[in-house]
Amino acid sequence: MIIEKEPNLEPSTDEFVALEQVTLSYGRGDRQVKALAETSLKIGKGDFIALVGPSGCGKSTILKLVTGLLTASSGFVFIAGREVGAEPVRVGMAFQNPTLLPWISVRDNVMLPLKIVPPFRQQYRQKRKTEFRDRVEALLAQVGLKGFGDKYPWQLSGGMLQRASLCRALIHEPQLLMLDEPFGALDQFTREELWAIMQELWMTHKPTVLLVTHDLKEAGYLANRICVMQSRPGRIIDDTVVQFPRPRTIEMSYTPDFVTMTQRLRELIVAARPAKEAA
Amino acid sequence: MNPQFRRRFASTAFIIGFFVVWELICLLFNVSDLVLPRPSQVLVTLWEKAPALWPHTVQTLYTTLVGFAFGILIGILLGVLIGSSRVAYDTAYPLLVGFASIPKVAVVPILVLWFGAGTVPAIITAAITCLFPIVVNVATGLATTEPELEDVMKTLRASELDILWNVGLPRTMPYFFASLKVAVTLAFVGTVISETVASNRGIGNVMMIASSSFDVPLVFAGLLILAVLGVGLYVAFSFIEVRVTGWATRKDDFALG
Repeated sequence: MIIEKEPNLEPSTDEFVALEQVTLSYGRGDRQVKALAETSLKIGKGDFIALVGPSGCGKSTILKLVTGLLTASSGFVFIAGREVGAEPVRVGMAFQNPTLLPWISVRDNVMLPLKIVPPFRQQYRQKRKTEFRDRVEALLAQVGLKGFGDKYPWQLSGGMLQRASLCRALIHEPQLLMLDEPFGALDQFTREELWAIMQELWMTHKPTVLLVTHDLKEAGYLANRICVMQSRPGRIIDDTVVQFPRPRTIEMSYTPDFVTMTQRLRELIVAARPAKEAA
Repeated sequence: MNPQFRRRFASTAFIIGFFVVWELICLLFNVSDLVLPRPSQVLVTLWEKAPALWPHTVQTLYTTLVGFAFGILIGILLGVLIGSSRVAYDTAYPLLVGFASIPKVAVVPILVLWFGAGTVPAIITAAITCLFPIVVNVATGLATTEPELEDVMKTLRASELDILWNVGLPRTMPYFFASLKVAVTLAFVGTVISETVASNRGIGNVMMIASSSFDVPLVFAGLLILAVLGVGLYVAFSFIEVRVTGWATRKDDFALG
């Protein structure tokens, strides 16, 4: 039974993102595939949520719904108490591929959001060689890319590109940061290094973060809350609060408590893998 | 001798060698200059007739460049339209292919009917001859833009124009410049066709008159001028291409500015 519910239009201070009974289906008629079953999720302002789950469970779909790249088939997505798209919310996004533009320098790539997003957009011409430039340099230095602003993307390694991509996602001080497996394609050591950088960036800028990942250690290291999803149709089946104090360290991930947590999550995901197609 | 110098030397030697062999074959088999003039004869004719040929050369170059400029302008506009809209793609592409298949020589009389003989039909012929590759390449470049790059812009709530300006067009530049190198030579073809059919100025007209009076060395002098102009513009656009699209070939010169 589906209960028709009036969406809560009251702006909320602590809930920054709210998904209410959101579904998403691809295709039409008989070929219709339900990517996301009725899903509700509330994310507090400045919180750090990780979405984990088997492949194809609609983790990225949730990110795309929250950023407005996809529109829900039914249900509501609220950001800052308003329906998504109603109010300009500054969003930063980093993908598994760095997706830097190859024809401009790393500095100009990082500066791109300032060229597009208001209110920076209006000041771009005056400030791009002064204030904005300093800001980019400071952020690049924070991720260990000091002095690489003049380089072009192809002159950087994969790990460096991903750092630059994080800078681009953060330069316009987004209220909402979407991370779609940004560390997935990196080697173990670079990944751990970037986790530390990511944690530091989050602690200084305090955006609301939604991280999609396959890596449970990564989720445990970075997130305040871990949501486990199942696939076909995608839905959230578990919501765990991560209690470890900040700043977290890699050593912490070898403690018994941490291992117990990741093991529990692992079992949930294994159980949540798509069941053999029922006739 | 470093390898780069050796490569340049070899290519120059082969080009000069081509003309030397031509000269020798003509001398050896005693070929009449009515059939195939020797390169030396062509050069002498060029030298003697230079004062008379100069204004025609300027006329042809001017016509071609103006036509080419129009071709680029319209080509980019059409390419952007076709590359970014499905409806435009479905309707404009068949029209464009059909139009490109028409021999331009058949169009010139119509243009003369509309605009009179002279420079205007030549400019238009040059423009429509070089249009097709530009449109196709710009449209292809835009249509193959990686969706991820567009997603980056969309999450920033960029407008369609922002996306076109910051991602679509820069992404298309390598395709665009590749088409320009083809298009510039086609623009010359267009100009000369029109000048041959309906004009009293330009290299095309000179060659037409020269061939009707069996002045074959002069015809070849005209061809040589066209070839040199074509190569000149090709080199010019290659030069700009390296500057603008060096990122696509990952040239270090580009990164150093």
